[in-house]
Amino acid sequence: MAGFNKLVTTYAEALAGLDDDMTLIAGGFGLCGIPENLIKEIKRKGTKGLTVISNNCGTDEYGLGILLKDRQIKKMIASYVGENALFEAQLMSGELEVDLTPQGTLAEKMRAGGAGIPAFFTATGYGTLVGEGKEVREFNGRHYILEEALQGDFSIAKAWKADPHGNLIFRKTARNFNPMAITAGKIAVVEVEELVGEGELDPDQIHLPGIYVNRLIVGEFEKNIEQRTVRSA
Amino acid sequence: MSLTREQIAQRVAQEFRDGYYVNLGIGIPTLAANYIPVGMDVMLQSENGILGMGPFPLDEEVDADLINAGKQTVTLAEGASIFSSADSFAMIRGGHVDLTVLGAFEVDCQGNIASYMIPGKLIKGMGGAMDLVAGADNIIVTMTHASKFGDSKLLSACTLPLTGKGCIKRVLTDLALLDIEDGKFILRERAPGVSVDEIAKLTAGELVIPEHVPEMSV
Repeated sequence: MAGFNKLVTTYAEALAGLDDDMTLIAGGFGLCGIPENLIKEIKRKGTKGLTVISNNCGTDEYGLGILLKDRQIKKMIASYVGENALFEAQLMSGELEVDLTPQGTLAEKMRAGGAGIPAFFTATGYGTLVGEGKEVREFNGRHYILEEALQGDFSIAKAWKADPHGNLIFRKTARNFNPMAITAGKIAVVEVEELVGEGELDPDQIHLPGIYVNRLIVGEFEKNIEQRTVRSA
Repeated sequence: MSLTREQIAQRVAQEFRDGYYVNLGIGIPTLAANYIPVGMDVMLQSENGILGMGPFPLDEEVDADLINAGKQTVTLAEGASIFSSADSFAMIRGGHVDLTVLGAFEVDCQGNIASYMIPGKLIKGMGGAMDLVAGADNIIVTMTHASKFGDSKLLSACTLPLTGKGCIKRVLTDLALLDIEDGKFILRERAPGVSVDEIAKLTAGELVIPEHVPEMSV
């Protein structure tokens, strides 16, 4: 077991080796399923010049947004700027380099990056700014553009339950980009809500096998909600 | 009278069919979920990883781990499933979703759509919209027919950066329902009390007006 035990006990240890100017892939959608404490650790470490690949960049107060404040991110690869005012301001001023990437293309680029596929053709973005400068091929009468895979020096992600092997189960829509982000990181760091013993997860129910996970840490989560919408009984 | 947001949503819902998997974009399209006809089963897809999205939760049911693509808290319907973003877009790109409804800033009579940025003014990002318009066959764009200054948003050629090229065949505005065929808008239905002339005046792209243009029932 010892060789397969991915557990680390401190956030400093979890992100040891993450240095300035590295590429970081982060799981999460909005504030849902984000590796909150790993992001806070990056803020504490003060790592700068990062290229961050993530669907969004959190909000002004939470998630990856806290790294924008201290100008720790040099370049952002994301699909949605949305309601993040600081992200939009830094993008407009040119201070932050941004590669806007369609959401499905982004997910597939991460998936491909983790699966040893260097590039793929997709119809998404053909004839738009996204397709500019990219190879176009026609298959069965339709146009497709060549999109290259993405990989990170590190990936940071959040799951619900794990065993010490790093076998993972996600919870509800907190799954989102997390599985692909993990597979596409050279060093994949995952924080979870709950650690269970070896053999306690049903192998049939595991969402992502531990082979993709390098470091595992158990955290406490705030789980902030961007838009709390309710109906009345 | 031009349609209200709710009336646009009601007209969208008339396009639902029993057994459809439907993706509804943020804003007016999402409202269409409130008008699914009684006795009809429609599964709502949310691109962050839900098939079978339910209504907003009761206060005590709110779960930070369960949101829709608009980042609103939601619930799951019976028969729902959850998956990753890659799986979600595989079903979208693979053409498995029966109907997609989304908003836009502009469309043109070549079937082009612009919806994600206004250079120098507004950058929202495309989110999943480029994947949705490229992957779906059956798409309805909902939008206002003209800006508040009276400038048409149904153009001969989009002026803003495109979200998709040649992929839109049906547009529902606050004034009319139109199809796009062979480089022309075809007027199919008009909002109650709105004249064909009024629609023609606010449609900048080439418009074909059939002999009979019925009023919508909303």
